[in-house]
Amino acid sequence: MSSVTTADPAAGSTATTTAKVEIRAVHKNFGPLHVLRGIDLDVRAGEVTVVLGPSGSGKSTLLRTINHLEKVDSGTVSVDGTLVGYRRSGNKLYELRERDVLKQRTRIGFVFQNFHLFPHLTVLDNIVEAPVSALKRPRKEAEAAARKLLERVGLADKAESYPKQLSGGQQQRVAIARALALEPGLLLFDEPTSALDPELVGEVLDVIKDLAASGTTMIVVTHEIGFAREVADTVVFMDEGRIVEQGPPAEVLDSPRHERTRAFLSKVL
Amino acid sequence: MSLTSDPPAAPSLTKEPGTAVTTPPAPAELVVVPVRHPWRWVAVAATAVLLTQFVHGLVTNPGWEWDVFAAFFTTETILRAVWVTLQLTFHGTALGFAIGIVLAFMRLSASPFLRSVAFGYIWAFRSIPLIVQLLFWFNLAYLYKELSIGIPFGPSFLSFDTTGLVGEMSAAVLGLALHQAAYAAEIVRGGVLAVDEGQLEAAASLGIPRLRQVRRIVLPQAMRSILPNAANEIISLFKGTSIVSVMAIGELFYQVQVVYGRNGRVVPLLMVATAWYVLLTTALSVVQHYVERHYAKGSAR
Ligand SMILES: Nc1ncnc2c1ncn2[C@@H]1O[C@H](COP(=O)(O)OP(=O)(O)O)[C@@H](O)[C@H]1O
Ligand SMILES: [Mg+2]
Repeated sequence: MSSVTTADPAAGSTATTTAKVEIRAVHKNFGPLHVLRGIDLDVRAGEVTVVLGPSGSGKSTLLRTINHLEKVDSGTVSVDGTLVGYRRSGNKLYELRERDVLKQRTRIGFVFQNFHLFPHLTVLDNIVEAPVSALKRPRKEAEAAARKLLERVGLADKAESYPKQLSGGQQQRVAIARALALEPGLLLFDEPTSALDPELVGEVLDVIKDLAASGTTMIVVTHEIGFAREVADTVVFMDEGRIVEQGPPAEVLDSPRHERTRAFLSKVL
Repeated sequence: MSLTSDPPAAPSLTKEPGTAVTTPPAPAELVVVPVRHPWRWVAVAATAVLLTQFVHGLVTNPGWEWDVFAAFFTTETILRAVWVTLQLTFHGTALGFAIGIVLAFMRLSASPFLRSVAFGYIWAFRSIPLIVQLLFWFNLAYLYKELSIGIPFGPSFLSFDTTGLVGEMSAAVLGLALHQAAYAAEIVRGGVLAVDEGQLEAAASLGIPRLRQVRRIVLPQAMRSILPNAANEIISLFKGTSIVSVMAIGELFYQVQVVYGRNGRVVPLLMVATAWYVLLTTALSVVQHYVERHYAKGSAR
C-alpha cells in the first residue's frame, strides 16, 4: 500500500513506554447472559495479541473491560501493574472516581469498529481534542504532533477535512491517529476493518502492522486470519465467554488442538 | 485470508459504448415530449383567482382602515409595547432553557431521585395551562412582596420585593420561563439522546473530562436536533406572550387592546399587532437559518 508511509523514526514510534496486561478470572454478566466466564490472559509488553472467535463470544466485551468501558462483575484487569477502575487497599477494592478512570484511559488507546470520529470536528480537531483537554497539552504542540501522526497514517493532506468527507479506510486511519495522540502504552482494536469495504481493508491493516513493528502492546480483535498469522505474537481463540486456546499463530491457526477452534477456522478461512 | 490491496482493474467497465446489444440513435435525433398536467393548470388558475380577490379585498375594503394602521404602526406606545414583548420573550426563553437544560440532565442522570424530580416537574408544568399558571404567579407576586424572602426557586428571584410593575414583569417572566422549561427540558433531552452512544464511548475512551465531553462533543451534535424544535418553542413563546395581557402588562397585544378600547378602531389595530408578530417571527426564522447552518458543520445534510 503506497499511501502509508513506513515508520519514520522522527514521526514514528514516540517515546511511549509499552504496557503489559494481566487479566485474572474476569466474569461479566448482562442480565441473565453470562458473557465472560472466567477469563485469564497475559499480554507481555510490546507484544501483539490477536483475539479470534465467533460473533457473540464476548471478544468486544473483553476488550471493553480492559479500559473500563465495561465494568467487570468479578476478577481484575491490570495494565502495567496498575488495576483498571479500582484501587486496592488490603483486601478491599475501591471503585475509582470517574475522573481517575478517565485519567487511566489516556494510557490506553481504543479503536472502534465504526470509528466513532467526532463528525462536527475537523480531522485535526478530532486528534487534538484529547491531548488538549485530557493531558492539558498546549494546543500548538498538540497540533504539530497531530500533523505528524496524520503523516504517519498517510493523511497529511486531510487535516482540515471533516470525517464525512473521507472514505471508511481514511476515517479508521484518523481514528487510529486519534488514539495514538495520547501516546498510549497499550492499543486495543475492536474489529478495526469489519466496517470497511474490502478494497479499503488493506490500508488500515498496513497502518496497524506498522504500529506493531514499532513495539506498542496491542490487542486486536479481528477476523483477518492473514493479518493474525503475519503480525501476532499470540493468537487467542474465544468461544462462549471462555478462552478455548491460545498460543503462537503457527500453533493455533495451523494445528489447533480444539475442535471448536478447527470448526471456526474452517469457516473464516 | 486478508484481501490483496489491488482490486480487479475496472477500466473495461467504464467505456461501455459499442458493447450495447442494439445501438440506439444518437441523442440529437430524439425529442423529449413532457407529460402534460391540465388539472394542475386548472388548480393554479382557481387559486390565483381566490388570491387576487383576497388581496383586492385587503386593498379596497375601507374596513381595514390602512390609514389608521399606518398612523399607529410606529407610534411610541406600540414600539414600547413591542419592546416589552421582546423582553418577555428573551428572558422567558433564556431562563426557560437554562432551567430546561438542568432538568434534561437531571432526567438523564443515574440518580433515581433526580430523575423523578425532573419527571415530576415536567409532568406538572406541562399539565397546567399557561394562563392558569400565569394568574397564579401574578397573585403570588403580591404574596412575595410581603414575604420578600425564602422563595423555593432560587436566589435570583428575590427582586420581588420591589414595586408593582417590576413584580408583575418578573412574575410574567417567571411564569413563562417555568412553563417553557418543561418543554425545553424534553427538547434538550431528545437532542442529547439523538447523539450516537458511540460518541460518548469514544470521548470516554480518550479520557476527555466529563464536562468537556458534554460541552464539546455532545451538545454541539445535539444542537442539530434541538435547534428546529427550540426555534419552534421560541416563536410560540413570542406569540404566547400575548397571554400575559391578562396580567395588564403593557406588551404588544395588551397595548393594542388599550388603544382600540379608546378609539374603537379594532381591525386596523389588530393588524398593527399582527404585522409586528409576523415581522419579528420572520426575523427569528432568519436567525434560526444561520444558527442551524453554523451547527451543520461537517454534516452531509
Ligand atoms: N451492553 C450490553 N447489554 C446486553 N447484552 C450485551 C451488551 N453488550 C454485549 N452483549 C451481549 O453479550 C454477548 C457478547 O457480546 P460481544 O462481546 O459484543 O461479542 P463479540 O464481540 O465476540 O461478537 C452478545 O450476546 C451480546 O448480545
Ligand atoms: Mg464484537
